[in-house]
Amino acid sequence: MIEFRAVTKRFDDGTIAVNSLDLTVEAGTITVFVGPSGCGKTTSLRMVNRMIDPTSGTILVDGKDVLSVDPPELRRGIGYVIQQAGLFPHRTVLDNVATVPLLLGWSKAKARSRAAELLELVGLPAEMGKRYPAQLSGGQQQRVGVARALAADPPVLLMDEPFSAVDPVVREGLQDELLRLQAELDKTIVFVTHDIDEAVRIGEKVAVFREGGVLAQYDKPSELLARPADDFVAHFVGKDRGYRSLSFVDASGVEVGAVPTVVVGEAVTAGDGWRLAVDERKHPRGWLPPGTTVDGPLAESVLKPGGSLFEVGQSIRGAMDAALSSPSGLGVAVDPEGAVVGVVTATQVLAVIEGQRESRG
Amino acid sequence: MGDLGKYLSDAGTRGAIWRMLLEHVYLSLLPLVISVFLAVVLGWVCHRYGWFRGALLGTANIVYTVPSLALFAIIPAVIGTQVLDINNVVIALTVYTTALLTRPVSDALDAVPAHITAAATAMGFRPLRRFLTVELPLAVPVLFAGLRVGSVSNISLVSVGALIGTGGLGVLFTDGFRSRYLAPIIVGIVLTLLLALLVDGLLVALRQWLTPWNNLQGVKP
Repeated sequence: MIEFRAVTKRFDDGTIAVNSLDLTVEAGTITVFVGPSGCGKTTSLRMVNRMIDPTSGTILVDGKDVLSVDPPELRRGIGYVIQQAGLFPHRTVLDNVATVPLLLGWSKAKARSRAAELLELVGLPAEMGKRYPAQLSGGQQQRVGVARALAADPPVLLMDEPFSAVDPVVREGLQDELLRLQAELDKTIVFVTHDIDEAVRIGEKVAVFREGGVLAQYDKPSELLARPADDFVAHFVGKDRGYRSLSFVDASGVEVGAVPTVVVGEAVTAGDGWRLAVDERKHPRGWLPPGTTVDGPLAESVLKPGGSLFEVGQSIRGAMDAALSSPSGLGVAVDPEGAVVGVVTATQVLAVIEGQRESRG
Repeated sequence: MGDLGKYLSDAGTRGAIWRMLLEHVYLSLLPLVISVFLAVVLGWVCHRYGWFRGALLGTANIVYTVPSLALFAIIPAVIGTQVLDINNVVIALTVYTTALLTRPVSDALDAVPAHITAAATAMGFRPLRRFLTVELPLAVPVLFAGLRVGSVSNISLVSVGALIGTGGLGVLFTDGFRSRYLAPIIVGIVLTLLLALLVDGLLVALRQWLTPWNNLQGVKP
């Protein structure tokens, strides 16, 4: 658990980076600090491991005042993942990961075998340990950065915009990886980002900071999107917050309906309306538009590309998107193996959302 | 050429040349080693304390413009050594090489990316260990570029020391000029050149051994 008690940081030039911050980061959760640049989120993070010391106030990590601990000792007990990974270019990947255990005085052999375990944990092949950071992609470097932070098994992990330098697809993969790791390791994680989408995606609690180092709102992501505390937060979480908040609504209430299907490579019987083309494993391949005449076996070239798919039991945002992006207006639901289960319309999804709003009051 | 063969046929001459070569190696490389340590310390001071940087690097530039012969002559007056003491040459060349190396060391330390030093600090490195195991190793390629210039410059400057009688291969030049005999001059030139090439080659090999991470041949994922 990390507690900020009336923490203020005023820099030498007089700017107030953090203004009387009171906040408790619960043990075993991912808490995200988010806000525009100059809002004090990074300064707040860096005060936890004393990269910066507060002007006034107290920070407690597991009940202990950080100012009472020698900074290098304190830092060895707190994992830190920095922007652009910050790996040491002159050390192999394995030795990078072994850094903190070696600082703690472990033997080289023990530190390296621990480092090898960590590489496996973050999903990197063991032979990558012999490489140098420059031989890795940005996403791989960032995984090594996470492995290095976890090497000495610290209870607290600080992550300072760790995924901001990688492209969006890789970033999403890294976020999923972090959530998977957290499910396994149960650390107390403070994660700083300027990206509100990243914040609501990975945070169990999100602290929104505004310029001048003031905490604007500290809440669960669903609450942040549904009930922003003020105009600043409403503006910051963005225009489509209504839509994004559907990520936190369960799609289990949506009734999946049947859909006529045709099989790619087989003859098509006459019929009208949109028909969903599937392959022999029942995976969707596209839509056959109404009135299309097909001679002989069905070829993929006559199909309209399908929209996004949603998995039954996931969020209602996926169901809505599937319906909206489908050329037929029918969102395709699949099971975890990717086989078609049925379809929903946007109207159906909306009815479920409305129904849930009423039941919530 | 016949002269050269006759000159080298004498065992006594060959022994003398060998001693001069060893002297030359000592006089040129000892200052190199000492100045690496001094330049690392001074380079760190420049890197750490900005206000010191201008003053120190300015002084280094001025020192480097003092003619070597003048410096060889001034040093005994300044530190009270004998005029013919070979330490004069060692000290003078140490001063030159340090002046030459301080700026690149300081620049190389400045060039270590801030997020790497910040990461080291956040991992729990204390400042001295961080300097020795993170910042300094990253400055090695630049340091060696300076060392290569310094080694060649020293090997040629040691010859000048012969004018004030401090030994080394330069004695072959003074002897040759005095007796108007070409053979020792040719031997002196060839040996000086070979020594410079050999030392340079060794420095390149040493740098590659120290910085395997800096010689990666595009083995991208």
